[in-house]
Amino acid sequence: MRVAFERQKYLIDYTLAALLRRKTRNLGLLLVYALLVFLFASVLLLSQGLRREAAALLQDAPEVIVQRLAAGRHDLLPADWLDSLRRIRGVSDARGRLWGYYYDPAVKANYTVMAAAERPLAEGEILIGAALARVRAIGVGDVFSLRAASGPPALFKVAGILEPSSELLSADLLLLSESGFRALFQFPPERYTDAVLTVSNPREASTVARKIALALPSSRPILRSEMLRTYDAVFDWREGVTFLALAAPLLAFAVLAWDKAAGLSAEEKREIGILKAIGWETGDILRMKLWEGALLSLTAFLLGYLLAWWQVFHGGARLFAPILKGWAVLYPDFRLTPTVDPGQILIVLAVTVVPYIVATLVPGWRAAIADPDAAMRG
Amino acid sequence: MIARPPSRFRASTVTLAALAALLALFGLMLIDSARRAALVDRSADRALVRELGLTDLSLLTEARYTRHLSQADRHSAFQDHPAALEHFPSGALLPPPPHLAPDPR
Repeated sequence: MRVAFERQKYLIDYTLAALLRRKTRNLGLLLVYALLVFLFASVLLLSQGLRREAAALLQDAPEVIVQRLAAGRHDLLPADWLDSLRRIRGVSDARGRLWGYYYDPAVKANYTVMAAAERPLAEGEILIGAALARVRAIGVGDVFSLRAASGPPALFKVAGILEPSSELLSADLLLLSESGFRALFQFPPERYTDAVLTVSNPREASTVARKIALALPSSRPILRSEMLRTYDAVFDWREGVTFLALAAPLLAFAVLAWDKAAGLSAEEKREIGILKAIGWETGDILRMKLWEGALLSLTAFLLGYLLAWWQVFHGGARLFAPILKGWAVLYPDFRLTPTVDPGQILIVLAVTVVPYIVATLVPGWRAAIADPDAAMRG
Repeated sequence: MIARPPSRFRASTVTLAALAALLALFGLMLIDSARRAALVDRSADRALVRELGLTDLSLLTEARYTRHLSQADRHSAFQDHPAALEHFPSGALLPPPPHLAPDPR
């Protein structure tokens, strides 16, 4: 056992000496290789992390949302629709939601303004999301001015800041009382933005949605399953788009790696010929080539994957923030729950490590089975 | 000629030790992921979703149809006029929600 281990160590010593003879080229290859694994793994980990976070957080989203459409656009929902919705068999409760958007020209940010009926807020009080508080540099007790629909600025006192841990949901939220919301936007009485339904049997949600569409033809029911599917599709799509963008560097690397690994130079062929002539077996040469491929690709894989994991789950995925952020001013500071899927690791391994090892072994084997005399003469 | 004693730190020893350290870090990463996934408490966030009836993540706040992607209507990306091209960067990277996509034929 010890002899076998020592034998492998001598083979590794020889391989490393051979690799170090072309130090700059091999070190460059290792860095590019690790960078590519890092980029691919980052995209995979971020999409998977966000997909899981969306699925976990939105599992308590409303079972059905009902909007009213007018000329193909979202319109305000009359309060008497709530009674009609409650009368539909299978609907156990229907409540109106009041929410909208506010563009703040001071910081060029969009806020989501929402009436929080369950919070004991006075008409002049608001609760704000942590990202909003950060961007506007305000805190509890400060006065926040918004331009009311009637013209003059409406002054609100910040009664609290929403938990920073929920920024992925509440970064841009501005919560106020129902009367405060109606006064700010001059929102007509007996009108809501949309309705939230509770369904007695969630499995019948799609049947309930069909009944709603029949009873209220200008309505548009949106199911929770559709909301969840939307986020699944978003991150699948983004993953695909990013992979497409990464295809060019991947191909460039494939050409580089193939050229390096598969195209043995005359010098390397002569080296193998000499090794055979001095008594190395074909198996030894194959083992040496296996070590060469494995050491380089495994190191690049481990370095790239570990850096990607750290960047996505501990560094807040800052590298990808510009892509997700677009022109938005408010961006949540979120920490995703680390998720590592063994299947995903195997995919990255299969795509990066295995092809490189094969590309190193095959030409090595072809040179090793050739006649040493022919190999040395080139 | 005096033979040099073999170095205690052979290249193979150093390389294998470095590889073992990387593998150990990889193992720690797996353990940390599993531990943190088991410990995560989303009850406050889920309560906020239930209370306010939230439908979307506040990840893309630049346009209303990217902020509330699941609530967007068919025309929101063309809000300026029917032939308006999509101009928000995140909108250009988003697919239409599946329930708005045409049925496959």
